[in-house]
Amino acid sequence: MKIKCLSRNPDDFLRETKRDIHKVPRNYDPNLHPFEAPREYVRALNAAKLERVFAKPFLGSLDGHRDSVSVIKKHPTSLSLLFSGAYDGEVRLWNIARRNCVKTVQAHDGLVQGLCAHPNGQSIFSVGADKLIKHWSLTEEGDIVDEPKSVIMGRSVFQCIDHHGKENYYATCGVGVNIWDEERTEPMRYFTWGVDSIHHVKFNPIECNILGAAASDRSIILYDMRGSTPLRKVILKLRSNAITWNPMEAYIFTVANEDYNCYTFDMRKLSIPMNVHRDHVAAVMDVDYSPTGKEFVTAGYDHCLRIFPLDHGHSREIYHTQRMHRIHTCCWSLDNKYILSGSEEMNIRLWKARAWEKLGTLKSRESTTLRYNAKLKTKFSNHPQVKRVLKHRHVSKMVFHNTREIRKIREAQKKREQNRMENSKIGSVGYKSEKESHMVGELE
Amino acid sequence: MDKKKSRKPKSARPKGNVKKKVQYETSAEDKFGTSHKGRRHRFSVSHKYVLPVVDKNSEGGQKVEEYKIDVGKLSRSKLKHQVTKWAGKKKWLKEEGKVNVKSGKSDVRKRLGNKEWRKDKKRKDYQVSRKLEDPYPGDAPVDPVKLEKYKRTDTTELKDARYLAAKPDMTLSKNKTDYAVELSARSDFLLPDNSGCIEVEEGEDTADIKQHDIISSVDITSASKSFELDLQLFGPYNINYSRNGRYLLLGGKKGHVAAVDWQTKKLMCEMNVMETTHDVKWLHIETMFAVAQKEWTYIYDNQGIELHCLKALNKPLRLEFLPYHFLLATGSSEGFLSYLDVSVGKLITSIRTGYPRLDVMCQNPKNAIIHLGHPGGTVTLWSPNMKHSVAKLLCHHGGVRSVAVDNTGNYMATSSIDKQLIIHDLRTYKMLYKYRLPSGAGGLTFSQSGQLAASMGSVVQVYKDVCKEKIRSPYLIHRLTTPISGVQFCNYEDVLGVSHSHGFASLLIPGSGESNFDGFEANPYQTKKQRRQAEVKMLLEKVQPEMITLDNTALSKVDVATMERDLDERKKLRVCIPYCYTPKYRKKGKSSGVRRENRKQGVKNNIIRDDIRDQLKEKRQEKRDKKLANQRGVKSVLDRFKRTVE
Repeated sequence: MKIKCLSRNPDDFLRETKRDIHKVPRNYDPNLHPFEAPREYVRALNAAKLERVFAKPFLGSLDGHRDSVSVIKKHPTSLSLLFSGAYDGEVRLWNIARRNCVKTVQAHDGLVQGLCAHPNGQSIFSVGADKLIKHWSLTEEGDIVDEPKSVIMGRSVFQCIDHHGKENYYATCGVGVNIWDEERTEPMRYFTWGVDSIHHVKFNPIECNILGAAASDRSIILYDMRGSTPLRKVILKLRSNAITWNPMEAYIFTVANEDYNCYTFDMRKLSIPMNVHRDHVAAVMDVDYSPTGKEFVTAGYDHCLRIFPLDHGHSREIYHTQRMHRIHTCCWSLDNKYILSGSEEMNIRLWKARAWEKLGTLKSRESTTLRYNAKLKTKFSNHPQVKRVLKHRHVSKMVFHNTREIRKIREAQKKREQNRMENSKIGSVGYKSEKESHMVGELE
Repeated sequence: MDKKKSRKPKSARPKGNVKKKVQYETSAEDKFGTSHKGRRHRFSVSHKYVLPVVDKNSEGGQKVEEYKIDVGKLSRSKLKHQVTKWAGKKKWLKEEGKVNVKSGKSDVRKRLGNKEWRKDKKRKDYQVSRKLEDPYPGDAPVDPVKLEKYKRTDTTELKDARYLAAKPDMTLSKNKTDYAVELSARSDFLLPDNSGCIEVEEGEDTADIKQHDIISSVDITSASKSFELDLQLFGPYNINYSRNGRYLLLGGKKGHVAAVDWQTKKLMCEMNVMETTHDVKWLHIETMFAVAQKEWTYIYDNQGIELHCLKALNKPLRLEFLPYHFLLATGSSEGFLSYLDVSVGKLITSIRTGYPRLDVMCQNPKNAIIHLGHPGGTVTLWSPNMKHSVAKLLCHHGGVRSVAVDNTGNYMATSSIDKQLIIHDLRTYKMLYKYRLPSGAGGLTFSQSGQLAASMGSVVQVYKDVCKEKIRSPYLIHRLTTPISGVQFCNYEDVLGVSHSHGFASLLIPGSGESNFDGFEANPYQTKKQRRQAEVKMLLEKVQPEMITLDNTALSKVDVATMERDLDERKKLRVCIPYCYTPKYRKKGKSSGVRRENRKQGVKNNIIRDDIRDQLKEKRQEKRDKKLANQRGVKSVLDRFKRTVE
């Protein structure tokens, strides 16, 4: 006969000294952990609530401009630097980390229409309402040198400027699109397509020779820098204000439109947008992608910033403050952590890209918990309670009422469309999907 | 050496010629056998290793010189070592018959072609070498029984996604689930197995082993866990162990209440409440306990200070504490089952059960359902969310004396005054095994490992594997001198606590407790700080009483039933909408657009109205049929025990 009884040595389960951490033996037997599903659900609900508790996206504002901010551009090599141009012709250089203005130059008479930086981060270009292109060199510390390196006098006003991703070319737009070599004072190439005044141009960051431009005749035009004629033209129902390329997928670009929506297009199939992003209640002024290419931020004329996931029709986040007016421009920082917005009331604001994120280094326990919570939130995201907490956003009165109004208008339109379909000869009026309904046509 | 230079003569000369001239310095070539014929094998370095020796019989040293290959950066001895090692291994393999090293151009080579064959061989050689390096390649295999233990869903049963874009996500999550199961099964390897057991020789019966035998043959710390308390005055006693098995609560019928740290034998508090006590229960931590007294339920702290008098829970007979919901459930002598949330002190619900005295009560630790035993032989299952029982089982012909549910929540044991002990399966609500006891068991309790203890008069019997098979004899028997009033196994210890009219006895039952505790769930070695931390976590994770259901895994599954119901309803809606009506042309201006539209609407409304009327009619008819069916059927006495389908 052999008898053995359970006996433990307490020393195996107690810490040795007071400075030690407590020993916690684990046993993952499901019988020792009852109520798995309900407890996980409660944890998920708590995680969702905590997310909303910690959602404090506004980090600070950079004030100093004496007129509305017209354009902001991030420094291509330094995370802490930011350029901005204003309606009074001032170009400023900011240090985001210190939240101060490093340098101010009076660049143009009239507003600064566009800014761009050389990809090596050693010089910047600015265009203004005074028909000038100014080339400013930067010092080692990133400071702007007082006098411009070169000034080019154009024939007409340049509306926007953007630099080639790798080589020493840049593009300006205004009447048509010009491609310039940095060394020369005359444009290398000149693209036109009909009578168009083009107000926004952007180089593709991956396929560096491709450009997209938004024109005032409601069209979006694609160019290849190497060719002599434009590639394609897409016409929407209203004018597009800005265009931006996905930094990870070369063929995807998004435009910010006057009709409160954003449209994501696939360059290979322009007949229909890939996605329509609705939520703004006024014109969208600017759009910029996150470096991951999965989300983008939009600046609205309705005083708020919104963040859209690329594959969703609605925004996941809305940022607004009482003091912030119409936003002219926005950008997503290259470390995928911050968002910057330049608005009419002369301020540049710094936001977190994920409102609830804790900044700074995390302890390993913290990061484990956050990861666990994130997983729980996704797991239970379709449960009504969790969904409700995660979706809830406080919006301004104006946005709230306008959203309701727009919804009513859309419903009425839909009903009218339905009636028209029902009451006309079969086949004469067809069903148009949401994506199709904003398109006018595509030209080659 | 210049590559161009060396290649030229190679192309000019036939291949066979070259090989003859190359002689190998070591015996490596011999060991490879003829099969290689100068071909280089696995070690690419051996290319460099080969140093041709000038063959004086041939055209002269000059040309041969050009075939000299640099040894490279590796030292010569190292290379030699590598080659001989490999050769030795290959030889060994050949002997063992692990790989087929064929000589000559094999059929495979002919079939595959030289290039393919070489590639294939390279791969095989690599595999062989890997095998040689690791005698136990790959991860250690996991016992499928253990995998089964950690499995929540059967991923093999999952269908492929119909929606193409969802396919990769589905496979990914499937793989992740499988991986998680495997990992947790693997973690089982690391658990020290020091659970207790009794091993007897052939012909011996464990039931003959007495407590003093066990005490004399186990180690001294275990032996110290067996003790008796002689409390003659205030018995009979009720007992309760705390969830981590560290603390013991004693409640004497005549008002004596004591809390003890039974392992160190330290008395935490002792008092007389000067009233009859019916039951005692620890709350979520060991600083608070509830006592069911004559009139009301009271809560005391571990120093014996009265914290609350819960007048909402009046005339209590039995107490149950649901630790994850923070609910204190009481069965009263007036037939009320009441739930009180102890975290906020609010009465959740008080159910009028319709039964006289609720003095047989237990909880299902898996789903927090309360089981009540009744004199009529029925056992009813209750949740705080329903005014009537969620299930009713007719278990015995006589009154139910005791109920217990095991740790997995799958089995229920009941005993009655007709001397029967029945094991039920709670998944099917069917009887599994029926045992006849010498007398009706007054107390039943399951241990963590599934052992069942039954107290009959002054005897306590312990059964092993009682739910898994029909057993022949008890595992252990212990006799006391006075009638037993309460039994409970201690969690994480091989101990059975037995209280009787004249005190308390702690018995050693090897193999009854779970040997490995989880520090985040219940920790017997918890410090004060850990306890405080754990309390906060528990409160944050408090499960709402609305979530008490028979199947609590439903929350993590897809709700197919509701979705189908919604779909059906939507389909029904679609059926009644389409209509086809074009108004006739009428004279005298009656066919203006507005009037035609009005007529159209009128017809449409009529159709919808008729449809709704029909639906209502059908519903009414159904109801009436049901009622009639109920009235007409011949009623039997046993009909009231029938399970109604809801």
